[in-house]
Amino acid sequence: MSPSPDSIAVAAILCVVIAAYALFGGADFGGGIWDLLAGGAERGASPRALIDEAITPVWEANHVWLIFILVLSWTAFPPAFAAVMTALFVPLSLSLLGIVLRGVGFAFRHTAERLRMQQLTGALFAASSLITPFFMGTVIGAVATGQVPVHPHGNVLAAWTSPTAILTGLLFVAACAYVSAVFLVPEARRRGHRDLTRYFALRATAAGVLTGALAGGTFAELSASAPHVFAGLTGIALPLVAVSIAAGIAVLGMLWLRWYHGLVLRATAAIAVATVVFGWGLAQYPYLFPTALTLAAGSAPKASLIGEFVVAGLALLLVAPGFALLYFLQQRRLLTAAETDTDLRLAAQLGPVPPRQPVAVAAPIGTRLTTALVLAVLAIRAIKDVFAPTDRR
Amino acid sequence: MGIAAHVLAVNPVPARSQMGSSLGFHIILACFGVAFAAVTMTAEWIGIKRGDAAALLLARRWSKVMAVLVAVGAVSGTVLSYEMGLLWPGLMGRFGAALGLPFSLEGIFFFLEAIFVGVYLYGWDRLPAWAHWWSGMPIVVAGVLGAMSVVAANSWMNSPAGYTLRNGKITSIDPVSVFFNASTPYETAHMVLAAYMVTGFLVAGVYAVGLLRGRRDRYHRLGFAIPFTLAGIAAPLQVMMGDIIARFIAHNQPVKFAAMEYVSRTTRDAPEWLGGILINGHVYFGTAIPAFDSILVGFSPRTKVIGWDTVPPAQRPPLDTLIHLSFDLMVGIGFFLFALAAWQGWWWWFHRRLLVTAWFLVPAALSGVAAVAAMEAGWIVTEVGRQPWVVYRVLLVSNAVTPSSGVPVTLGVMLALYAVLTVVSIGVPMFMSRRWRRGAPAEEEAEQVPYGPSQTYAEVPVAGRSAASGHPGGPEAR
Repeated sequence: MSPSPDSIAVAAILCVVIAAYALFGGADFGGGIWDLLAGGAERGASPRALIDEAITPVWEANHVWLIFILVLSWTAFPPAFAAVMTALFVPLSLSLLGIVLRGVGFAFRHTAERLRMQQLTGALFAASSLITPFFMGTVIGAVATGQVPVHPHGNVLAAWTSPTAILTGLLFVAACAYVSAVFLVPEARRRGHRDLTRYFALRATAAGVLTGALAGGTFAELSASAPHVFAGLTGIALPLVAVSIAAGIAVLGMLWLRWYHGLVLRATAAIAVATVVFGWGLAQYPYLFPTALTLAAGSAPKASLIGEFVVAGLALLLVAPGFALLYFLQQRRLLTAAETDTDLRLAAQLGPVPPRQPVAVAAPIGTRLTTALVLAVLAIRAIKDVFAPTDRR
Repeated sequence: MGIAAHVLAVNPVPARSQMGSSLGFHIILACFGVAFAAVTMTAEWIGIKRGDAAALLLARRWSKVMAVLVAVGAVSGTVLSYEMGLLWPGLMGRFGAALGLPFSLEGIFFFLEAIFVGVYLYGWDRLPAWAHWWSGMPIVVAGVLGAMSVVAANSWMNSPAGYTLRNGKITSIDPVSVFFNASTPYETAHMVLAAYMVTGFLVAGVYAVGLLRGRRDRYHRLGFAIPFTLAGIAAPLQVMMGDIIARFIAHNQPVKFAAMEYVSRTTRDAPEWLGGILINGHVYFGTAIPAFDSILVGFSPRTKVIGWDTVPPAQRPPLDTLIHLSFDLMVGIGFFLFALAAWQGWWWWFHRRLLVTAWFLVPAALSGVAAVAAMEAGWIVTEVGRQPWVVYRVLLVSNAVTPSSGVPVTLGVMLALYAVLTVVSIGVPMFMSRRWRRGAPAEEEAEQVPYGPSQTYAEVPVAGRSAASGHPGGPEAR
């Protein structure tokens, strides 16, 4: 039974939303990663201030993409959603943990008064920027390798701890760092920070190379672990893969030539990431779970799919203009982050010029890495202790 | 360990507790998402229209508090979307196609809300005054519509409609009937009113404390009057709405109603129990008003009220005492808040002044906490009263719960994290207000001088113009 056009169309919408989340959410998480790697309180002050200023006003809206992904999947592909949520309970819970920690860190770091508190919340914010994309990556890896059973009886530890899944997780982290650095280069340039422009261009290049290498590694791994997806990527989806590689190289070239045209640079990087998402979606066709659950078998009834169309149409009608407005105002620097964190009093004393963002004081790199490490160790121990014994009941 | 995990996994109680506590937490923040923008914008409107610096200052400060609460609310809302799948794959796998539709609509409104919260919060400095005011309007509209969508999903679980089942699989869907199921109009109206009451009374309560401590300036009077008025308008409507809904439930979910009112056997002349604990089918410590329940349900003592004896014990909700006392608490607080609003309204009507006696302000300071308690009690009635069903008379909770064994762990982590989130959402606004209060003397003066329209508008640039026009600061600069 071949899938209905409605299913294919909704699956395509889902791919678009995932790509949007990968770009916008990715830039957001990547900001946290660069914050983590920015070094000591003094050295890292200016990159942190830029990350803060560029990302703060839009971070909320970015995360709504994720909610759309969840809602779209459970409405349009309920059996697949239920199976993923059951079998991959652990990595999904951990990615959720990252989101919550991040929110806490974010809400508090801008209002925390004491240095200690700021360091702690800053560390939370940065560490959780690693956790969430990594575990989301393992989820995608588990789905692509067809290791999620259609009717799971509980957690399936092996599905998301396979080399492919782990590699995909690392790939996600690198891609977030890459997207974010590319996004920040023109931000720094527009604000006239010459040194920061170089700073992020260098990091964008490094992250781009790393992402490319990890993508290559994942690709090689897929040939053995996910033959169907591999065949798709080298067959029907090959043009998309080629475009992605070309765009990736083009971005590196632009960075090398120091041609930092805001729109072109970002658009090219966006193409490099989005085509991978579309390529993955196309390579999975006609399966939701490769070779176990087809799109046709996993789809909701026609009316629900059409309902999702209507929702997507409404989103275009209502949300797109709003989103455009938000980005327009932000790019014109009409939205200033000073409001939420700077004291009104400060504004009064400084007079007409809106005060610069007080520099977020970061924890020393040691503290931040230790926090990240401790969280990771705790997560791994929790998995081992609790989930492993009931792995396959 | 393995066996323990297995036993726990079979039991839906941890999952239910996790869902209940995360919902119970999120709903308070959601209220602010729905109604706080309206409160803030009312203040801003007064501020711009009358050139009232105190009102503008309130609006600016409230918008900052809104920033924190919306940020935390976005997080706890994401948690809920995850939990729908993580905890209830049996529900989403079977009925996601129906239940997902209202959630999708909610997604749009949440998206709009998030976008315009961003514009409103960060636009104070550089957007023109009225443009800034209008940028808040989508938050108000999207907040209400979003609440209606998500509550429609809950209504659907109480009155499932608009789908065809064949062999346990949904084969067709009627989205309009899903969205506008029998419970939708009642539940959505009830919740939106509740959101305005919770937000209004909570914010007013903060300024009632300030007034009680002798800060009787215009800033504190306005800070009390604006949210209290909005909540006070909602209160009588809510009492009316509650009465209508109770009759609807007696009709639509008679077993839930029986638990709410301790109706053990189907009977005429059913008594109305006030308070009371149910032990072995006997009500202790309660007061019964003879035949009053029948009168409330059908306007006549001869009305037959259906008891829980009409269904086998396995299909009755557990914890009757909790359901009944929660219901009584909600109704009691509803009347208390109504009376409080009426008192202030009466005083205002005849004296054109704010009533600021301690006799009024002490209960007013507590009104916010009371409103939250009433709302939580109401959700307990709705949700526990629907047990053992997750979809009323269609799907049992035990068939919806995840077979994954990790729920007790995630429950523990979630409770710990939500304790932190609670501290954040209460602590940060408190930090802010403390900082505001020990502000520069000039600012303190600006707050405490009652502003006349003529003086301020000329001297104090309206917030938003300050940066553009080159005058120092906003109203707080004086």
